[in-house]
Amino acid sequence: MITGDLKATYAADERVLNNGYKQAFVLAMAALCALMPFIANDYIILVASQMGIMLIAVVGVNVVIGYTGLLSLGHAAFMAIGAYSVPILHRLMDNIGLPDGIMPFIAIPGAIAISAIVGIIVGLPSLRVKGLYLAVATLSANFIIIFLIELEALAPWTGGLVGLNTPDPNILGWVFDTQREMFALIAALAFVTILAIQNLFRTRVGRAFIAIRERDYSAEILGISLFRYKLMSFAISAACCRLAGALFAYFYARILPEQFELALSLQLVAALIVGGMGRTMGPVFGVMIIVMVPEVLKFTFGMVAGGAAEVAQLRAPVQEIVFGLLIIFFLMFEPLGINQLVDRGIRALNRWPFARG
Amino acid sequence: MLEVRDVHLSFGGIKALQGVSFAAKPGEITGVIGPNGAGKTSLFNAISGFYQPDRGQVFFGGNDISHLSPDRRAEMGIARTFQNIALFRGMTVLDNIKLGGHTRLRTGLWSALSYFGPARREELELRREIEEKVIDFLEIDHIRKYPITILPYGLQKRVELGRALAMQPKVLLLDEPVAGMNREETADMARFILDVQEQFGITVLLVEHDMHMVMDICSHIVVLNFGQQIASGTPAEVSGDPGVIEAYLGAAA
Ligand SMILES: Nc1ncnc2c1ncn2[C@@H]1O[C@H](COP(=O)(O)OP(=O)(O)O)[C@@H](O)[C@H]1O
Ligand SMILES: [Mg+2]
Repeated sequence: MITGDLKATYAADERVLNNGYKQAFVLAMAALCALMPFIANDYIILVASQMGIMLIAVVGVNVVIGYTGLLSLGHAAFMAIGAYSVPILHRLMDNIGLPDGIMPFIAIPGAIAISAIVGIIVGLPSLRVKGLYLAVATLSANFIIIFLIELEALAPWTGGLVGLNTPDPNILGWVFDTQREMFALIAALAFVTILAIQNLFRTRVGRAFIAIRERDYSAEILGISLFRYKLMSFAISAACCRLAGALFAYFYARILPEQFELALSLQLVAALIVGGMGRTMGPVFGVMIIVMVPEVLKFTFGMVAGGAAEVAQLRAPVQEIVFGLLIIFFLMFEPLGINQLVDRGIRALNRWPFARG
Repeated sequence: MLEVRDVHLSFGGIKALQGVSFAAKPGEITGVIGPNGAGKTSLFNAISGFYQPDRGQVFFGGNDISHLSPDRRAEMGIARTFQNIALFRGMTVLDNIKLGGHTRLRTGLWSALSYFGPARREELELRREIEEKVIDFLEIDHIRKYPITILPYGLQKRVELGRALAMQPKVLLLDEPVAGMNREETADMARFILDVQEQFGITVLLVEHDMHMVMDICSHIVVLNFGQQIASGTPAEVSGDPGVIEAYLGAAA
């Protein structure tokens, strides 16, 4: 073990990007995101935007599952609330005659609050039950939200089964009506989200979450209220998912209830498992893989079969199988995910060529 | 400071505590002894709020705290360690000890999300304080970045004491702090406990089997046997008590 990382001040010792590789990676990602709207083709912009939206959601899922240790399978519901509240709030604001240019400033935070509150309600079972029971309880929240969205009585607002058209965000007069512009917005918000959540874990608030995951009665004995912090964790993760959902609504022209079903919740959890639970970069690595898999499959199926319909039909099931295999592989062989592999790689590089192991 | 009054606690048919009453002397070390299964750990659990007594009350600073949750009691200044070490095993020594500072910090969700500013100031201040008052004090500088899992048992016990000290508690409950330690580790731990009481003026409640240590450092001793309080007094009084000799010292000899 290397322990010779003596620092001159406590401030230096508490830094997050504490080695050159991490600094370089973050700088490279920032530069890449800044340049992409100018150089990338439409396809790459589309895929990268999907990654950004999903990343924000998985960062939220990481707070509750990865850091607080509460297994929740209902996060697609929070994305649904985020997505649906955009057109609905826009319509309400239209009715009272607010100018378009300030609507996103109300729609985004306004509904983050709504989702945070729903998050707290969905989080209530976590005060009583753990593990699988909690997973089932949160799962049912997912079903309830989809049920409400599809409900005939609410269809005038939610569009029911056929979904809703969504507006383009108009930010102070600048309408983000191209995917390129949306990508820039998504990327910026993804960076802000990761940074804010990372900050959380440099303070007592984030430490309290981890303490609850590690040993809840020890957390209590140190004065950490399980009630307060478990619900706070749910609220934060719901808020992230809601932001992702809002961006989803702004990005696509139309939203449908089926986009927010269990499959999406599972995809979010899969990305977290593959990337690495309870680590800042886990969601980043995980989302890259989970969004890439369908694209790679699309590409290979296209190469192998050309346009043959009977082969193309196999793509969806093959995709599910690949997701399943990835989850099983990581749970069995690398439960801490790609993040752990990367850490190990960095440690090996640091040591090279002086020692092995 | 800390007082239990006529506390009764049972698990199904087992009467773990049957009318325990005593007051811990402020700023001194009070020992709680008794054979295995006497109810010592149960008493600690009743004081820290994990178990709700069937009867009787717990008072802290003159207030009845019997109905408060463990985290509220901790916030008021009651810290403890566990018989079977309850550290956060996935974390480093430093992070474990920082968690001890939780109730003294004020950072809320919003300033935590932005970090730079008040949250950062508070965190760096906590770090400095922990380094000076806990890590230096317990002589664990060399292991501050180590994960708990690789530490030997004796050091883990010391880190758990450190985590409790980081709370800057008024009362400290120590459940068998030297169990399983060798002679040298035991001597070290006894010295730390005495220092805690002398330097910080913390009221200590100590459960321990090591009679030499208990007799050495406690000013007052409470003896439990099968949930009953069979004696209480100075070390000299207690060790001369025939009932105690029969129930405990006699049995041990
Ligand atoms: N959670 C529990 N459930 C059932 N019985 C318990 C529980 N905790 C303690 N007991 C019983 O209460 C009695 C006292 O135990 P304990 O307080 O651990 O004793 P000590 O710490 O003095 O060895 C024992 O008979 C033990 O089996
Ligand atoms: Mg015990």
